[in-house]
Amino acid sequence: MQTAGGVSACLPIHSDLDLVWVRQHVRQAAAQLGFGLVAQTKLVTAASELARNTLVHGGGGQMECAPVSRGGGQGLRLSFSDEGPGIPDLDQALRDGYTSGEGLGMGLGGARRLVHEFHVDSRQGRGTTVTVTSWVSGPPRPREEQ
Amino acid sequence: MTGAFPSPYGGQLPVLRIGDVLLVTLQGDLHDGTAEQLQEDVSEAAADSRVKGVVIDLSGVEIVDSFLGRVLSDIAAKTRLLAAETVVAGMRPAVAITLVELGLTLPGLRTALSSDEAIRLLGEVSISPRHERTRQESP
Repeated sequence: MQTAGGVSACLPIHSDLDLVWVRQHVRQAAAQLGFGLVAQTKLVTAASELARNTLVHGGGGQMECAPVSRGGGQGLRLSFSDEGPGIPDLDQALRDGYTSGEGLGMGLGGARRLVHEFHVDSRQGRGTTVTVTSWVSGPPRPREEQ
Repeated sequence: MTGAFPSPYGGQLPVLRIGDVLLVTLQGDLHDGTAEQLQEDVSEAAADSRVKGVVIDLSGVEIVDSFLGRVLSDIAAKTRLLAAETVVAGMRPAVAITLVELGLTLPGLRTALSSDEAIRLLGEVSISPRHERTRQESP
């Protein structure tokens, strides 16, 4: 997977207001790449969930946003990283209804359903990075089960 | 970009009273703080003015994530205890599709396609002689 030309950005996630900026940036980037309205809404919603996790559970961090291309397909890759405590039990965290905070417990598992590719790299005590990718016209290869 | 420019501070949304109904219109991208403030404001207004219903107009909202979903559910639960019903009006199709995939179906929230319809719905509820019975039947 290569990074295609276009606007890449790195946004800080340290407050409520940063969540608003993250959502607006992702929407703008997705619209520029030609994502349809429903696809845009899904990606922005996933970004909102993941950015909130970074803020609430990771104690703040950043989002990197980059357009990518693979097999002639265009996509947007978002990477949320923090240096928080990490996720002790990833399977549990991905399960619907599991919540460690005061949310509905839909954040991580819900976000995974809204994107084409989803990857979590979490190390206890050293932080978490969640990377998601969505493609403008669907995933270029048959979807891999993760 | 069609979203409203975010204010640097969580703003406050107006809660309007129209007859027996409270009307709140959400626009653009909502601050978490604004959403939490709204929850308090609606509960207070519902208690103070003894309304029959609360209409939350989402036609200007581009995304509803699990946080805003929880706020809407909480508003509905609180106003129900204060003897009022909450109707969410005008949700965009893309938002509805995303909410279901996210896993949020917002149980307990009534919906209408527009604010106008929502107010009519609440009006019918209050005039209908069978109102008391239907209300007891529904959970």
